[in-house]
Amino acid sequence: MKPTELVGASPGPTFTITFDGRQLDALPGQSIAAVLWSAGVLTWRTTRGGRQPRGAFCGIGQCYDCLATVNGRPNRRACLVTARPGDTVTTQEGSGHAGFEK
Amino acid sequence: MPGSRSDARRLGDRAAEGYETPPSEHDPYAHDPYAHDPHAHDPYEHDPCEHTPYEHDPYDLAVIGAGPAGLAGAVTAAELGLSVALLDSAPQPGGQFYRHPAPATHATRPEALHHDWPVFTDLRDRLRTGDVTCLFDHHVWTVTREAENDWTIHALTADPGPGPGEEQRSTRVRARAVLLATGSYERQLPFPGWTLPGVVGAGGAQAMLKSGLVLPGRRVIVAGSGPLLLAVAGSLVTAGAEVPELLEASSYFGYARHPRALATQPHKLTEGAHHAKALLRHRVRPRTRHAVTEAHGKDRVEAVTVSRLDHEWRPIPGTERRIDCDALAVGHGLIPQIDLATGLGCATRRTPDGTHALALSPLQETSLRGLWSAGETSGVGGAQHALGEGELAALAVASRLTGRRPAPRSRLRSLRRRRDRMNAFADAMAVTHAPGEGWTRWLSDDTDVCRCEEVPADRIREAITEYGARDARSVKLLTRAGMGWCQGRVCGWAVSCLSSPPCATAPPEAPPSTAPDRRPLATPVPLGVLANLTTPERQPPTTPHPPDLPPHHPTEGQPS
Ligand code: FES
Repeated sequence: MKPTELVGASPGPTFTITFDGRQLDALPGQSIAAVLWSAGVLTWRTTRGGRQPRGAFCGIGQCYDCLATVNGRPNRRACLVTARPGDTVTTQEGSGHAGFEK
Repeated sequence: MPGSRSDARRLGDRAAEGYETPPSEHDPYAHDPYAHDPHAHDPYEHDPCEHTPYEHDPYDLAVIGAGPAGLAGAVTAAELGLSVALLDSAPQPGGQFYRHPAPATHATRPEALHHDWPVFTDLRDRLRTGDVTCLFDHHVWTVTREAENDWTIHALTADPGPGPGEEQRSTRVRARAVLLATGSYERQLPFPGWTLPGVVGAGGAQAMLKSGLVLPGRRVIVAGSGPLLLAVAGSLVTAGAEVPELLEASSYFGYARHPRALATQPHKLTEGAHHAKALLRHRVRPRTRHAVTEAHGKDRVEAVTVSRLDHEWRPIPGTERRIDCDALAVGHGLIPQIDLATGLGCATRRTPDGTHALALSPLQETSLRGLWSAGETSGVGGAQHALGEGELAALAVASRLTGRRPAPRSRLRSLRRRRDRMNAFADAMAVTHAPGEGWTRWLSDDTDVCRCEEVPADRIREAITEYGARDARSVKLLTRAGMGWCQGRVCGWAVSCLSSPPCATAPPEAPPSTAPDRRPLATPVPLGVLANLTTPERQPPTTPHPPDLPPHHPTEGQPS
């Protein structure tokens, strides 16, 4: 039994978002973190200090471990942001401002 | 705030009274989201209301948090004739306990992951028909008191939207009284490897499953302490995960020492039986006095080490076993989320497991007149507890504001009696699952205790032994532990254990104190929002001035 079957969620119409160039299927209403988890992606950030991989931890907006760059905007909490068709999510490196520092 | 717009969504048929309200068919909660035509509305469309609530007369009551306590408080107050604003950071009501898929997923059986779902649908229906202005997607970052019976709630809207100029907007709501129902968040104890992707909060796994319909992995170990673990493991197996181990660091025998508290809680027993049924069906048996003492993997968790613990939670050498898994859901109980109140200087009390909860009057009022609280903020006790407290607080607020005795008084009396019995049970639960002091033995020197700032255990110990830090605050200043994005919500408890043992137990009879854990802002606020604040004219408070009313600290707006 899959979670979507368990609650009788209707599978369609799904849409896609891209994560680091990969197309991922999303269910309307899912957060970006949920879309990534359902594609088996657990990591979408590396830390500022140790460059360690991170993803969602608390799932409710408290821990800020799930920060991602969404449509070019860094530091979005993926567990809180609802995915929209065509969203572009990229792995966030460090503080997420690397490209802005020049 | 000219030009500012809010997502005020007034539910129910009293919409026309003074508020411009978008047509109700655009409101996902104006109809049963699980029953109506899937194409009837665009789930991405917000319902902007041209008015900011701030430009209107103050509400009688602002309720912060739309979980069990906040919902019960809001609907009860509205049914007693008060005008109510309900704010929550989520896009829909329910809080963490009644968290459920977004209407857009068209889940036809949202109750499959819930115990007691009809209680929620009843509240949701009453919310629709009552006089409640629902402000979802609103993150409250501070509460200020302008004068007696004049409070301002400052909130940010959640989603900046996809386009460039679509920034977060700030909103202010004025009210004559405030009910704080912000619930709790999970207590985490660090261990080597706990920052690996795939290691997630037990509550986090539950939350992602209930709303996002996803699992962190296929083979998920559940570990930590507290009754939440049974619920989490139960939902994970029901949703198709394999749970090879369910590890509880305490033993359940603690409950046996409180037979009276247990006997008065038939609801807790049926809830326990509900989870036990799911676990039995999938042959998951909780193993007590065991903990995950290390997680292994390179880019994600691949296995964990499980150790047996003695009664102080010290790992017993030689008992280690390695178990393969692709996720670990871990949590050690819940911590009341009270920063909005402690920022105002409200008195707190230590709960029997060492957390700080708000110290309340028998009618749920904090030490600040006009600020009320219900649910986990007053001590973690579960949803039934929260529902009763929310209702009780609403009766008390209505009686204060209208100057009339709450009617009928028998309702008030029975709610109080029930609340007191549940408090006794909550205390028994806290004692039973309180972390033992020995957990710090499983930390290695390089275990990151603070996840945001990546501060390892040996740096924290060094601050204590070499630089003489005696409390969490000095450790924070010396090491930056707790200074990152989460502002210590995740590591705060562990850091204070390391700084000033013993951590777990404080005498419950200790006098109420001001909580040490203060955050001037409850959520990061862009500096621009703080800079643009046009402060309403303040009148001097007429009751004793609250200690340390938070000034607006522009420099603390954004944690570095
Ligand atoms: S997972 Fe903790 S904030 Fe998103």
